[in-house]
Amino acid sequence: MLALFKFSSLTAFLLVALVVSADNETNMLTGTCIVCHGDSGASAGPAIPNLSSMSPNYLMGAMLAYKYEKKDDLKHAIDSDDDFQDVEAFARESTIMNRIAKGYSEAEIKVIAKYFSEQKLYFAKQSHSDENSQAGRELHEKYCASCHEGEGKSSEGDSGVLAGQWKPYFLYSMNDFLDGNRQMPKYMKIKLNQMIAGSGKKSLEELADYYASISNSLE
Amino acid sequence: MENLKRRNFIKLGGISLIAGGAALGAPNIVLGATRKVVVIGGGAGGTIAAKYIKKADSSIDVTLIETNKTYHTCFMSNEVLGGNRKIEALRYEYEGLKKHGINVVHSSASAIDVDNKKVVTADGVTLGYDRLVVSPGISLKMDAIEGYDEESALVMPHGWKAGPQTSRLRQQLEDMNNGGVVIIAPPNNPFRCPPGPYERVSQIAYYLKQSKPKSKILILDAKDKFSKQSLFTQGWKSRYDGMIDWVPGTDTGGGVTSVSAKEMIASTDFEDFKGDVINVIPPQEAGLIAQSSGLADRSGWCPVHLDTFESSIHKGIHVIGDACVATGMPKSAYAANSQGKVCAAAIVSSLNDTQMATPSYVNTCYSLIAPDYGVSIAAVYRLSADRSKIASVSGGLTPTDASPEALRREVQYAYSWYDNIVADMFS
Repeated sequence: MLALFKFSSLTAFLLVALVVSADNETNMLTGTCIVCHGDSGASAGPAIPNLSSMSPNYLMGAMLAYKYEKKDDLKHAIDSDDDFQDVEAFARESTIMNRIAKGYSEAEIKVIAKYFSEQKLYFAKQSHSDENSQAGRELHEKYCASCHEGEGKSSEGDSGVLAGQWKPYFLYSMNDFLDGNRQMPKYMKIKLNQMIAGSGKKSLEELADYYASISNSLE
Repeated sequence: MENLKRRNFIKLGGISLIAGGAALGAPNIVLGATRKVVVIGGGAGGTIAAKYIKKADSSIDVTLIETNKTYHTCFMSNEVLGGNRKIEALRYEYEGLKKHGINVVHSSASAIDVDNKKVVTADGVTLGYDRLVVSPGISLKMDAIEGYDEESALVMPHGWKAGPQTSRLRQQLEDMNNGGVVIIAPPNNPFRCPPGPYERVSQIAYYLKQSKPKSKILILDAKDKFSKQSLFTQGWKSRYDGMIDWVPGTDTGGGVTSVSAKEMIASTDFEDFKGDVINVIPPQEAGLIAQSSGLADRSGWCPVHLDTFESSIHKGIHVIGDACVATGMPKSAYAANSQGKVCAAAIVSSLNDTQMATPSYVNTCYSLIAPDYGVSIAAVYRLSADRSKIASVSGGLTPTDASPEALRREVQYAYSWYDNIVADMFS
């Protein structure tokens, strides 16, 4: 009985040590991110995006695209690791993340992505125009909602979480998509082009205001 | 009792397991005894060390000793000189840290009793510690330049510790006539914020170009090259062509060696220069408490073990931020933040006898050349295999062919970085 007790407590102790150690590693790594991206990935903004509650595949895809700027390298990195099998290879240009992401290994990128994906969705505190957000809601329903579900709060299907995102960041991203500086899924490209053809570039501002208008209070 | 519970019963997958650490004698913790950490200095390093120790283990008693009730961030203070930011927007208080359960003592640390593990404050209070974090920032070497002292620093502000000095320098720029000469004298390496003097030149040029366009800026440098030099040179040519004259160390003979506040003259070994506003940035060393407690070596800075930031001179004392010798890392706020987190992890692991996570370090320094023209240097670091260096594994500068849109965005990212790092420090 005594032997059994000793065994189980030793096992438990080792288990605890392991668990603590994994947390420590996560905190150490993400500690380097949150200086810019905010505690738990809730950015104080306004141009650096919130990362909280994005899907792991979305976040891994972003980091890998910054790390591997050449399309072939990116594809190779994704193909050579089973954990990346559902990650889509969308190249994206950046000012600084391409310099930073290269410093993290694939294993570390997984840890970082998991951590931010598990953080509660943060709704940035920012102003918005009601008129714009009304128009934006209609645009969202018509062009975006089939993928960006639940008022853009959902990360279902690894789509970007849009609700509560900082407006300047959202507009940077949309302009990058339009200018070809950031790749997007084929279906998104069709929808985005339809929206711009139908409603012009002001639709981007309206969408930004709409997503900025979404907050906790609607839940 | 709370500690005892938390330590002995840990839920794993919904099953309560008895860790029984005390029975096994494994963790080196005397249950019920409070572990004490004292942090000296409430800047970019100290606030983070204090907060992240508390966040990782709330049972550790953490006391932060900071002289000032309000803190002015040095980072972004050059924007006050450019006129696009008010000094009030650099000001923060310590209420947020108190909410984490950190004891904040507003006094200055006057002595460290290394043998008995105690800190004595200027108010005569003695604080015992199990671990001490020293994050005092820099001390300006006021005897390094002949004629430059506390009094002449009122006439020729250094502005290298943000606050009244920053406001004074801004006021002098406002009072200067159109056509005046601003002299800036940056020190030799190493010093706080390597790109800082040159961002300052940019911000002053930005102000002068709008308000006093006939004015000139003369940089009497101690060095032959400087941080982000190609980017600054390019930015100055693009925005302030003909306004800025940089004299390298070779031509100044090692920079400004004496000043006359009365005559408004800055002199090198070769020549005297008359200025209307003279900004002397003196050579620096680790903050005073690090000097008086023997934590600094002959270089004036504090050598540390690079994985824990524990002093290699005094055991149980960790030195972070500008004061320490972090090899590959610059003396910057972001570096101090990163070191604060690594140091916090080391202390918590050591006090709890657990394995410390692999250290991961990062730095980014943004410099604002104009309101729509930002550049940066970034690096991710690892400890080298022989533990002798915090070595950069990725990073680099803004490319010199960056698009105007990219330069514009870097300014906005700098603002976001600022808002996030002060939130990390103070809330």
